[in-house]
Amino acid sequence: MNALKIKKGSSRKSAYDLRDPHKDVEEKHTLAVLVDNEAGVLARVIGLFSGRGYNIDSLTVAEVDHLGHASRITIVTRGTPEIIEQIKAQLGRIVTVREVHDLTVEGPSVERELALFKVAGNGEKRVEALRLADIFRANAVDSTLESFIFELTGAPDKIDAFADLMRPLGLVEMVRTGVAALSRGAE
Amino acid sequence: MTRQMTGAKMVVQALKDQGVDTVFGYPGGAVLPIYDEIFQQNDIQHILVRHEQGAVHAAEGYARSTGKPGVVLVTSGPGATNAVTGLTDALLDSIPIVVLTGQVPTFLIGTDGFQEADTVGITRPCTKHNWLVKDTDALADTIHQAFHVATSGRPGPTLIDIPKDVQFATGTYVPPAKAKTSRYQPQVKGDRESIEQLVEWMEGAERPIFYTGGGVINSGTSASTLLRELVDGTGIPITSTLMGLGAYPASGKHWLGMLGMHGLYEANMAMHDCDLMICIGARFDDRITGRVDAFSPESRKVHIDIDPSSINKIIHVDLPIVGDVGHVLEDLLTIWKSRGRKSNKEALAGWWKQIDAWKDVKCLTYKNSDKVIKPQYAVERLEALTRSMDRYITTEVGQHQMWAAQYLTFDEPGRWMTSGGLGTMGYGLPASVGVQKAHPEALVVNVAGEASWLMNMQEMSTAVQFRLPIKQFILNNERLGMVRQWQQLLHGERYSQSWSEALPDFVKLAEAFGCKGRLVKDPAELDDAIREMIEYDGPFILDVMVEKHENCFPMIPSGEAHNKMLLGDAAATNAIGAAGGALV
Repeated sequence: MNALKIKKGSSRKSAYDLRDPHKDVEEKHTLAVLVDNEAGVLARVIGLFSGRGYNIDSLTVAEVDHLGHASRITIVTRGTPEIIEQIKAQLGRIVTVREVHDLTVEGPSVERELALFKVAGNGEKRVEALRLADIFRANAVDSTLESFIFELTGAPDKIDAFADLMRPLGLVEMVRTGVAALSRGAE
Repeated sequence: MTRQMTGAKMVVQALKDQGVDTVFGYPGGAVLPIYDEIFQQNDIQHILVRHEQGAVHAAEGYARSTGKPGVVLVTSGPGATNAVTGLTDALLDSIPIVVLTGQVPTFLIGTDGFQEADTVGITRPCTKHNWLVKDTDALADTIHQAFHVATSGRPGPTLIDIPKDVQFATGTYVPPAKAKTSRYQPQVKGDRESIEQLVEWMEGAERPIFYTGGGVINSGTSASTLLRELVDGTGIPITSTLMGLGAYPASGKHWLGMLGMHGLYEANMAMHDCDLMICIGARFDDRITGRVDAFSPESRKVHIDIDPSSINKIIHVDLPIVGDVGHVLEDLLTIWKSRGRKSNKEALAGWWKQIDAWKDVKCLTYKNSDKVIKPQYAVERLEALTRSMDRYITTEVGQHQMWAAQYLTFDEPGRWMTSGGLGTMGYGLPASVGVQKAHPEALVVNVAGEASWLMNMQEMSTAVQFRLPIKQFILNNERLGMVRQWQQLLHGERYSQSWSEALPDFVKLAEAFGCKGRLVKDPAELDDAIREMIEYDGPFILDVMVEKHENCFPMIPSGEAHNKMLLGDAAATNAIGAAGGALV
């Protein structure tokens, strides 16, 4: 708190805090949220983020336990440490939320994203795209004489890097799933 | 034991099994099957309101004055959307209510059918939880869950949307004992080591203060009893938020009065200068903290709250204790006693001396008049003439609300019903209806401003129909007083849209509703008028014409710290800076 130049302080979610909001340092956190798989549960989570002005960098959701009616939502979010704590506490208040895990602080974790890239071109650019795809271990899942669709799985920065390389080689469009993450180890 | 019955019957059965005796509501097409079942029984009384917002506020009044959840039944579409303000009000003030809404039949959902609205979508952000029930077999279970969620942990409103075909269809009834309510179980016991740490700090603190809120009242009457024992045992001064008035008696020796924007000077000064702040069931709202970076700069802060998201939301605390107020206070008292009931007596004596000096400022002093009724005087006389009675007070929102909080005193929890968090004008009249229904023999007074009162005045009709002798004590300044005050202090006395012309004659209005009214202008007649209001056997509207330009003091100007209180008009000119002016 001392870095914020306040004595025994305060956070930044009050209208009556007149400090410069840009002084706080934002962090990126990956949250795993286990929820009851019932109608509207995603809307509750998203509504919480929009209603309270939190950021969502990426969000993925799918059922993970059909018999147990559980879905898992992975959210990548940014905020000051206080805001991150608030986000976790607010998520915990939602009646259909079972568990909230902050994978960023709970130890090492694995983050993966899947992306599809449509790259169109011919001649040298087409060859180069295929060669780079090979280096990145991307699979060509569709090909025509003028185009490829590459499938790539990896950490978000790997996806970013591949997208940067494909752009001058004829990247038409891309789609990414957002981050899925699990903590490392047996637990 | 399970039984087959229609969804509509199931609703009534589930309410009975939950111990519900009163439902506030308004019928319509999508809830007719439920109303048909209500017609065929006598255990639950239905109070027909005149607007769905009134139903929810009435249920809030019922809930806050009894500690039991309030129940509302309204139809689909406009019935549900009219309930939204009440739901939001209950959410912000943590009031347990269960709202049942009708919905178009499941096969019409999504077709923009007549009186269709996406009720669960609209009410998702203004309920603690809500459900759309598409299967009659799940209905009873869902209703029991709704009661469980509304009343467990930090209380709040829940809503169940019931399509009409689900009401007609037959399904299996599940009694409360068999309902699947186990998953939602908030933590009620506080961490013992943290409580021990708090006791240690309390023993050594030189300038400690208890800052309590609505959480103490929500925790039940035993929490208030424990709080009194703790405060009186330790000799630590106590202040409370608007929501928490009555948890510690105003007649108590250690009472400082309300704190906050229009709180008492001594309470705010003590908050600013304390060295140990023990926050119990309050949430550091912006009306309380004033300027956050100057909030109580020298103190260690402890926060006891059942909702983990309240901790460190606005003010960083040094010692958070997550748990139910009653449970934590019980442990706290046990530990404090087992360690020998210690407190820093010498330092406390000095602290009290300082507090007494602040009290000597007499911040509630106002200039009285024998020509015109001062609003403060009106509330003071109401207090004097009703203090000893079995009395419940509701309020609307604005200057009158603050004067009521300042000049009325409460010795018991659940006697003071006001819209604190949302600040809903139009709350008080319907709330008084709900309170009077729960306490038919008690004196229920709604301290109102004429502008707020007009927002839900149709509920006088409800009061007359159900013979609820509510007293409407209207401080009539023909202005939107608090708006006018802010315009005076902040907007160069440009009174944009803050006065009402063509106000109704409240006495004739009372007669039109079938009750009684009286107008009083002369301070000398005020006592007689109040007595007539109290003694009249039925609903009564007392139109008290008060000084039109009175401002509400003391006041922490927006954007300022606790120790920058304004005590009167003279100090108030240009007191709010540019940054403060942007705040609400």
